Parts: sequence; structure tokens; C-alpha cells
Amino acid sequence: MKPTKGSLKTRLTADTIFKIFTAVVASSILLILGAMVFELYNQSKLSIDVFGLPFLWGTVWDPAISQVFGALPLIYGTIVTSLLALLFGVPLSLGTAIVLSELSPQRLRAPISFIVELLAAIPSVIFGLWAIFTLAPFLRDNIYPILQAGLGFLPIFQGSIYGLGVLTGGVILAIMIIPTVSAVSRDVLAAVPDSQREAALALGATKWETTMTVMSYGRSGIIGSIILGLGRAVGETMAITMVIGNRFDIFTSLFEPGYTMAAIIANEFTEATTDLYLSAIIEVGLILFVVAMAINVLARLIVWRSLRMVRGAVLE
Amino acid sequence: MIIAMVVIAFGAYYYTTSATPTSNTTTSEANNQVITLNGAGATFPFPLISKMSSEYNTANPTIQINYQSIGSGGGIRQFTVKTVDFAASDAPLTDQQYANVTGTAPLHIPFTIGGVVPTYNLPNIASGVKFTGPTLAGIFLGKITKWNDPQLTAINPGIALPDKDIIVVHRSDGSGTTYVWTNYLSDVSPEWKANVGKSTSVNWPVGLGGKGNEGVAGVVTQNPYALGYNEFAYATINNISFGAVQNAAGNFVTPSLDSFSAAVQAASTTLPKGDANWSSVSIIDSLSGNTNAKDVYPITSFSYLLIYKELNVLPGMDLARAKAVVNFLWWAVHTGQNYASPLAYVPLSASVVALDEATIRSITFNGQTVYQG
Repeated sequence: MKPTKGSLKTRLTADTIFKIFTAVVASSILLILGAMVFELYNQSKLSIDVFGLPFLWGTVWDPAISQVFGALPLIYGTIVTSLLALLFGVPLSLGTAIVLSELSPQRLRAPISFIVELLAAIPSVIFGLWAIFTLAPFLRDNIYPILQAGLGFLPIFQGSIYGLGVLTGGVILAIMIIPTVSAVSRDVLAAVPDSQREAALALGATKWETTMTVMSYGRSGIIGSIILGLGRAVGETMAITMVIGNRFDIFTSLFEPGYTMAAIIANEFTEATTDLYLSAIIEVGLILFVVAMAINVLARLIVWRSLRMVRGAVLE
Repeated sequence: MIIAMVVIAFGAYYYTTSATPTSNTTTSEANNQVITLNGAGATFPFPLISKMSSEYNTANPTIQINYQSIGSGGGIRQFTVKTVDFAASDAPLTDQQYANVTGTAPLHIPFTIGGVVPTYNLPNIASGVKFTGPTLAGIFLGKITKWNDPQLTAINPGIALPDKDIIVVHRSDGSGTTYVWTNYLSDVSPEWKANVGKSTSVNWPVGLGGKGNEGVAGVVTQNPYALGYNEFAYATINNISFGAVQNAAGNFVTPSLDSFSAAVQAASTTLPKGDANWSSVSIIDSLSGNTNAKDVYPITSFSYLLIYKELNVLPGMDLARAKAVVNFLWWAVHTGQNYASPLAYVPLSASVVALDEATIRSITFNGQTVYQG
């Protein structure tokens, strides 16, 4: 290392300035977050005062005549599409993660993970356009009729098939969460100490049994990655707005159109002309913010705990 | 070092632009500073305003117009809090919004006309399908569900309408197009008026919501037997089938720039003064607003520029700026109209231009009339 110039005193002053600077930068993030929550609450206060808690289970959204707003169909639509996304997306993501960390030859890992992570770089609106023009017609003509023929006795597969709707929304969200879930769970699996694999193999375990051992070791980290994916699905806006059909209703069939919290904000914010209407939309934003925040905090805690556990195990 | 050079280059560029002499402009300003006028609002007239802005800037290099197409609602909000020089909206101010303006009056300046058309996707029937107001309302209320409903077959003799469910498509985002469409449906159907109403977004009884003109068009073109509504310009440019609609005189009129102009002609005699409350103004030709003009396409609307009558209510306003705004408005309703037709907007009729002239002449700054000419 080169000897540093300047007297000790000036160097210490520089240190202090640096310290203050970083402290300001770090705390500004917290301040911004706090300001956002405060502002969301402040702007939605009118709606909170008028509708109170029943806003959460209200099923009417009428900006034109009665100016009555309720968020239940939005919350319901958000939950259902996000769960569908997990249902389709998680097996694919975990499969990818296992291939990347356990099964594939070393030289294929980088290109495969590069391609998977490339999915994360595609803008949401591109996913949406592709879904409108390619995915939805394909599902409508080739997959949904078969589903309805086979499982049509279930209420969730009844009714008219439009192509656009809740199920298609779930499929597009599933594709969009794959990079998040697979990348994080791959890192979790890679952090599992080799001693685990060696021990399993030494006991005569097959590749499958070894993989299961590794998975169960990284269990909580994998759950964390799934919850991160859930957070992404809950907050996804553009693509879901374009394919879900935007119908404010409690649907039973997955072929029907639905609505999500993010979608209604994207759709109606710009033209919300009355104060109460605007305030109701911002309250939906507040609910979405709280939900997304809770999901992320939960996921971080789980991932963090699991990684610490795994690293702790290495030291033992 | 590179950054410094870029800064200097930009500085030099800015200096030369701002120092451009004004001798080549017809309305020469006392000073030669670049004035940037800020506007915000509707997305529907954005292509036209954008074209007008660049043409105006070419003719008057010292005036720049910065228009943000954030939606009519956002535009009206910015207008109300006085952060823009003018706003654009597809709907007039509501009674409430009009009453909220204190100290001066908001002026409505109609500056272009748009038509909304029913777009459909019927395999093998590319054109010629006819609708009436009550059938459109019935379809969008979920009362008429099949293409071969007697009410539709009765007005479409010679067209073999299929025994298929109608897939109803509407805009999911708040939009002026929806305002015009629901305004029409409210006019022709008491049931629609009582239960759904007119607004930039409403509580739709049935249907799929597509985001934007492209969203509705996408759903309509992708789904056989779909029926939606689009801006006329959008439907024409994208070759989507659209239907004729029956007007108050009983004729089925195919949407066209001519039939929209006819609507404006017919309605322009009843328009209020620029500083009045325009909330109930509609150039929709329907059963209630019977104009009895036979060539009128019934579903049309003005797009408005909004500005304050007394400009000193805006912070940062001075005489030069006030003159710049007013000159631009004057230009927009005269020379600017030449740019409408090529972009599939309808130019104003002479009677509306005359009304706008009176409105623009009434604009004052500190009590003094701004427009000199």
C-alpha cells in the first residue's frame, strides 16, 4: 500500500466527512420510505374517513354515479393470480435451480443461468404484448378447451373462454417470477455445504435422495425465495393489466376476467377526477404497499436466517 | 473534463437558441428570451397538440410548448392547482370542478373534435353492420347477449348475424373515449343513465377491459364475435371494422370526418359562452338532444383547451408570458386547424372558431385584454 498523503489531522477530518456523508445517504433511504408511507396515508385519508375499514371488503367500485368504492375484488384478484403464479412458477423455478446447482455440468451453468436471468430483463410491457397477441390466443384455442373438457365439472373451469382472464394472468406472472425464484434458490442451494452431499453419497444415496437432502437443508431459504417471487407477483402491474381482463368482480371461474390492486391503479389513476375517487385509488396503493412490504420483510427474514444457519453449520 | 465540455457545449447551444433574433416572427416580442409554455391533460388530442407545438415553434422560435399527456383528470388537477398555463380535456369541467375555481373563471376553448365508433370482429362480415343507441346500450348492459338477437337482426337485414355470444370489450383505463361513449349511452338509455352513468371510467355491468385504445383493439381483433369501441382515428389507421350508428333523424350514419363535422355544425348554435359552465354541453346527437340533422354521426365530442380568464392568478405569469399563451391559442384555432385532417382529427367549423375568438379576446392579465389583433 502506498503511504497516504496529508497530515493525520486532515485525514481524520476526511474520515469524519466520509462517515457523515454515508450516514446521510443511508438514512435518506429510510426517510424516503417513511415519506412514502406517510404520503400514501395522508392522501388516502379522505377515503379512509369516508369508508373506514369496510373499504377492505366492499364490492362496489362506482366512480360515475354513487362514488362508492371498495377493494375486495381487487384484493381477491391479486391473491388468486399471485397464488396461480406460484403454482405454475415455483416447480419450474426450483427445477431450474436444482439443475443449475446440482445436476448440470459446470460449463453449462453460466449460460443457463444467464438465459433464465435474461427473463428478468424483459420489460413488463413486452410480456403483456406477447401475452395479448400470442399466449392468450394460444391458451384459448389449444389448452383451455382441453381443460374445460376434462375438468369442466369444477366451477373454476366453467363458463365462456375469452383467452384473457385470471388464468392467463397467472401464467404470465408465473413466467415473470421464474428469474427471481430460481436465482435466489440456486444461491441458497449453492450455499449448502458439500459435506451434506458427500455424507449423503457416502451413505449410498441416489442422486435424487442427495438432492432432497440438499433441498431440505436449504428449505427455509427456498421458502424465502418463493415469498420473494410472491412479492414480485403481487406488485406486477403492466403485464397483468394487459391480460387479466380488468373486470371488477368476484370471479369463480379462472377463465373469467378479474382485476388486481396494481392494475386498477395503473388504469384509473390518471383520470381520477374527484377527490374521493383519487383518494380511494391511493388507499388501494397503501394496501398494496403494506402487503408487498410485509411479504418482502418476511422473505428477507427467512432467507437471512437460512443463510446464517447454513454458514454457521460450515464453521461447526 | 468531458463533462465540462458537454456543459459548455450545451450552454453555447442554449445561448444561441435563446439569442435567436425575433425579427422573423410575426408577433415580435419585446424581449428575446425563450418562453416555455406548460400544458397538461388529455391523451386523445396529444398527436395533434404535439404537431401544433412543433409547427408553432418553427414559426415562433422563441416560444416552446411543453405538453404532458397525462390524462384529462391529471390535466384538470394541475390546472386547478395552477401549475400549468393551460390544460386539455376531453370532458368539460364538472359542476363541482367549475365551482372550485375562485377568483376568476375557467374558459373552455373547443379546439378539435373526436368521434368514437363501435368496433367489431365478425368473421366474414368486414363492414356494414348497423347499430342503434338502444341496441348498443342493451349490449353494454348485458341485456342483449347474442349477435342474432332480434333487435340486431331487425336493423341488419341482409346480414347473416351468427348465433354467437357477443364478447363486450371496454376501456379499462380512465379515458376521454369512455366519457364520450358512456355520455352517448346515458343519452339513449335511461337505464344506463340511472345505473352506470357517464364518466371517464364507470362500473361496467359486463365485459372485458382492455388498457388503452390498443388494448381494446387488441382484444377485439383477437376475439371473433367481440364488440368494443375506439377512437375513430385509431380504428381507421388499424383497419378495424366499425359499424354505422343510427342518429336522431333515423339515418344510419357511417363514421367519417364529414359526418363528425356535420355533428359540430348542427350543435354549434347551442354552445354557451367560453366563460360559462360547460358541464352539460354535449354535441352528441341523440333522442334527447334531437338535432334532426340527417348526416350527423351521433357519437362525437369536443376536445377542450382550458385556461383562466384572468391570467394573473397563475404564479410566475407576466405580460410577455400571457401574450405568448394567448397568441398560441389564437393560432391553434386558426392556422393550427390545418394540421387536424391529416391526423384524422376534425377541424373546427367557422361558428366554433368565432366562439373561440370571442373567448380568447376575453382573456386578461391584470385586467387588461391580452390579445392584440
